[in-house]
Amino acid sequence: MSALFRGGWLRLYAALYLVFLYLPILLLPIFAFNSSTVIAFPLSSFTTEWFAQLVEVEALHAAVLTSVRIALITAAVSTLLGICAARAAARYRFPGKGGIMGLIMLPLVLPEIIVAVSLLVVFLQLGLQLSSLTVILGHVLICTPFSIAILNSAFQSLDVSLEEAAIDLGENSWGVFRLIVLPLVMPGIISSLLIAFTISMDEFIIAFFLSGSDATLPVYLWGQLRFPQRLPVVMALGTILVSLSILLLILAEWARRRGVRKRGGAETGGFL
Amino acid sequence: MTDLRTSGARRGLALISAPLLYAVLLLAAPMAAILAFSFWTQDYLTIDKSFTLTNYREAFTDPIYRELMIRSLKIAGLVTLVTVLLAFPVAYFISFHVPAGRKSLWIFLVTIPFWTSYLIRVFLWKVILGYNGVLNSGLIGLGLIDEPLTVILYNFNAVVITLAHAFAPFAILPIFVSLERIDRSLLEAAQDLGETRLSAFFRVTLPLAMPGVVAASLIVFIPTIGDYVTPRLVGGPGGLMIANMIQTQFLKLNNAPMGATLAVVAMVIVTIIALIFVALNRRYLRGRS
Repeated sequence: MSALFRGGWLRLYAALYLVFLYLPILLLPIFAFNSSTVIAFPLSSFTTEWFAQLVEVEALHAAVLTSVRIALITAAVSTLLGICAARAAARYRFPGKGGIMGLIMLPLVLPEIIVAVSLLVVFLQLGLQLSSLTVILGHVLICTPFSIAILNSAFQSLDVSLEEAAIDLGENSWGVFRLIVLPLVMPGIISSLLIAFTISMDEFIIAFFLSGSDATLPVYLWGQLRFPQRLPVVMALGTILVSLSILLLILAEWARRRGVRKRGGAETGGFL
Repeated sequence: MTDLRTSGARRGLALISAPLLYAVLLLAAPMAAILAFSFWTQDYLTIDKSFTLTNYREAFTDPIYRELMIRSLKIAGLVTLVTVLLAFPVAYFISFHVPAGRKSLWIFLVTIPFWTSYLIRVFLWKVILGYNGVLNSGLIGLGLIDEPLTVILYNFNAVVITLAHAFAPFAILPIFVSLERIDRSLLEAAQDLGETRLSAFFRVTLPLAMPGVVAASLIVFIPTIGDYVTPRLVGGPGGLMIANMIQTQFLKLNNAPMGATLAVVAMVIVTIIALIFVALNRRYLRGRS
């Protein structure tokens, strides 16, 4: 009985905590559909005008295209690098493994401003023009550790005896990878692509320092935050962005769980 | 056997070479460049590459830099404390009270806000905490206060609240993982041997969860020190942090060497604090690897 009671208090606390976590996001749609230009309670009336205004802003469309292009390339490259690293880490022992993996995973804990300024200094010294390319180079650096973290669990739960059986049956190592490993880790790859895409779409600091004149969506958004009269439109844009990233996350989570089931592993929960 | 092992090592190195090369070129080399810059000086656009410690002297003696650095450390420390304390019960609840089949759903729910636009989330706190914001207009509407509260926006407090919100999932995940690893029979044994629930928690659960708590603290503390967006949007002049000064040095004052020096100093201080923190907790971390 007392255990139930204690669980009850904890449950209440956890529920309140979730409310705290979601509070800002829940406010987004409320103000996006509110006709007042001032973001405060009490609400005025319902409107879709702010969404309609989004369609007309050309700078926004350019920023969206830039961001999507950057995010697609970033997702592909960091997942590719992630596959190499996760496969190497899960399957092989090699000298300096700890140090090498530590260096590759370092951006996970490094403040982004450090990554941003250090890349900026190098690119300027090399005379490289700041553009989408420089943003991609930075984004791949910070997305690869996330890809590795996701793919690691996929590669680690692979049953080595399946690969050995395929080799015994005459497959070469590329065949083993293509026919056995790849299908089994595919859900992990999809999940890694989606997460890297989401991170890149959302990343601000590195893009702020390295985008030059190719403003990404967050950089464009940052510029808009200075104008109070643009705020309702920002709310509308935010509503769309948050809905899209939640959708992508649900897809990624679904892919990850399917992968866990496919490999016959137990559910452990979470991306990281 | 040795032959097999070396061929495995070769294959492993071949696979790791691409991501390693990338990290060396775009992480290690730029960090080395920042370190080199910190010993140089800049006059408008020309960089003087003669070795000097002037920047470091300035970084440690100029009251502005010192104040920003100390404030950043205070904010990061407070955010870490608040985040970890608030997160622990949630992680505990998910690990010990949620049925196994539903755990991943809870973890998913906790992580979703983390993946949604950071910029917009921080900005929404400005909307919530502002003078005419959601909190103030709501409290006035309910008749709880007459005047809007001013202690909650454009200052230190606002930065702490916003960052504690932003980094919440970072704290929950590692604590949850270490709680999940605890062998439940240890807790039964403790109770069989006469421990109460509470003393079993403090003598068994908490020490075994410490690796997660330490990881959570570091994962929150290190990036928080370098946060740029939050102090800029909700900090006001009294809530600016070292990252804002680094950005100013690089992009506004054209003083990359000074910016580099501040970045290096911040990283060194963070590393030292992290190492001390790990050393203080080493008795909990031993025997894990």
